[in-house]
Amino acid sequence: MKPGDSATIVSIHTDEALHQRLLAMGFRTGKKIELIRKAWFSGPLQVRIGTTEILLRKAEAEKIRVQK
Amino acid sequence: MKKIALLGMPNTGKSTLFNRITGSSSRVGNWPGITVELLSGKILLGSEMVEIVDLPGIYDMHGFSEDEQVVRHFLHDNVPDLALVVLNATQIERQLSLLLQLRQFNLNMVVLLNMADEARKLGISIDTAKMSAALDMPIFLLSAKYGTGYTEALQSITQALRKPSTATENVRQLLEQDENIEREMSRVLHDTVQIPARLPDNLTTRLDRIMLHPWLGLPIFFGIMYLLFQAIFLFGQPLQGGVNELLGWLRETAVAPMLSSLPHAIQGFLLDGIYNGIATVAAFVPLIVLFFLFMAIVEDTGYLSRAAFLMDALMARMGLDGRSFVMLLMGFGCNVPALMGTRVMRSRSLRLLSMLVIPFSLCSARLQVFVFITAALFTPKAAPLVLFSLYLFSFAAAILTALLFKRNYPNTEPFVLELPPYRFPTLRQMVMRGWLEVFQFLHRASKFIIAGVALVWLLTNLSPSATPASPDTIAGMLGSWLHPIFSPLGITPELTLALIFGFVAKEIVIGSLAVIYGLSGQALSGTLALHLDWVQAYSFMLFTLIYTPCLSTIATLRNESNSNKFMWLSLIWSLALAWLLSFAFYQAARALGY
Repeated sequence: MKPGDSATIVSIHTDEALHQRLLAMGFRTGKKIELIRKAWFSGPLQVRIGTTEILLRKAEAEKIRVQK
Repeated sequence: MKKIALLGMPNTGKSTLFNRITGSSSRVGNWPGITVELLSGKILLGSEMVEIVDLPGIYDMHGFSEDEQVVRHFLHDNVPDLALVVLNATQIERQLSLLLQLRQFNLNMVVLLNMADEARKLGISIDTAKMSAALDMPIFLLSAKYGTGYTEALQSITQALRKPSTATENVRQLLEQDENIEREMSRVLHDTVQIPARLPDNLTTRLDRIMLHPWLGLPIFFGIMYLLFQAIFLFGQPLQGGVNELLGWLRETAVAPMLSSLPHAIQGFLLDGIYNGIATVAAFVPLIVLFFLFMAIVEDTGYLSRAAFLMDALMARMGLDGRSFVMLLMGFGCNVPALMGTRVMRSRSLRLLSMLVIPFSLCSARLQVFVFITAALFTPKAAPLVLFSLYLFSFAAAILTALLFKRNYPNTEPFVLELPPYRFPTLRQMVMRGWLEVFQFLHRASKFIIAGVALVWLLTNLSPSATPASPDTIAGMLGSWLHPIFSPLGITPELTLALIFGFVAKEIVIGSLAVIYGLSGQALSGTLALHLDWVQAYSFMLFTLIYTPCLSTIATLRNESNSNKFMWLSLIWSLALAWLLSFAFYQAARALGY
């Protein structure tokens, strides 16, 4: 995904603890997710789900499968 | 297999409790009637296996938020054999409503009043026996955090599960009323309200486009920080001068005449010891008020999370994350709450590394030492720059420490953080925050300051025959004994003494200098400018910046890490680094001919 792109979450492949936290923040299968921007120096990503904006690192983002 | 549903409001410690009960056996799974996945675990109760499902936290059984609908749909299609209801004991009067709503379902129920430890601290007492009788269901106090109260609760759950559940039809009937409302709601909304798929550009989005810009973001961040310190200096210094004059005038016209009938030694102790010390520190109150006011603004606007976003890439390379950086920034107010703030990190090694780094944050107590000395020895034009350079050194020491120690504290914790929208804090909010912080600072500092300056006066005035603060006093001897260690740094015996007192708290460094020289305010600045050149002063400030912040910080480090070894590591490392840096700076500056 590039900044500005939207996609739908297909599946989330993380351990239980992180999955719980992602659920609490609104990451659910079937939800729309928008990549707003990436930080410099391959830093974290800023994404939007519904009206909530969330920061997460690349390593975590890679565990979330999406489909455009 | 029998099923237990775990229900409760958000933030009741429900998930902690769930983890405690199920241990590591939990898994994520799908359930009939709902599209989201829920966490569940199997445990052995009595002689049979039962399944516990952790439902989302809700405020109202009949509400229409997403979570509330999930809970209702789950209960409708998967009527549990027992509802385990978790309430926060400290908010029992508010949370009881949910329990009473649930009671209408006639399910088997067991109630757990969590956070019993906090409730006890707040003086809330709950008679569980009476409440059990009133509601006709078993109720237990427990603490998921400390793991107390479980055995009885689990026994009662086992017993309650033996009762056959006859509620199924009743539950479904009751829930269908709400489901009819849901359908009605969605029908009306569908026909009449349109919500755009893409939210319009609001102010937050537009601001973020600039503030979080890939190239501009960081310079803007440092610019904001620099302006902040400039502003503190600009507004704070005249105020500080005013308070100083006021207190000096008060001494001459009121305090000194009032004490004139007392014996000479006691008069000296009260005036040159206690009064001078307190007056010098009191002059910093306006500065600290301003500092906290500005920090409160930065924090309440939501900019701190943006700073975490900007800095995470860099922090990740140091084995830390964006949150460590936010704590580091909080440390600029006071290290103690910043150290306590690392509790949000779940990984112990990330936490320890953050705690090792935070004491290098230039806290407000150190700031007052630097403001005083820079004002005394540097021109008004150079002073803010000198101060800014000390902030850079503060970051550099933190970065160096993190890089050196990151291999010892490998971090695997994920970094996921919610980004709040920008908010402009109300004036009341800012003033309240500023006032609260100042009050806490004064509260913490006043004990240290009074005891500290009294001790300094005694050390500098004993034995009675010696001239105050001369080499013959206890203080003078201590200073000259340590002199060989500090002379390569350009630090004089008087300053060495101030450093020793600074070990207790930086708040008393200037106070103790006032006592050592027997002068306060402007007069003290003048004397310092006579006795020291700028290289010596800067070396002294570097050492003050980097060695142990204060006794409270050390105590907090010990408590939060729960390890004496870690406390000693932090203490010795910061002393060694302080000495090495001051040494390098002083010798280099002298070698360059300054």
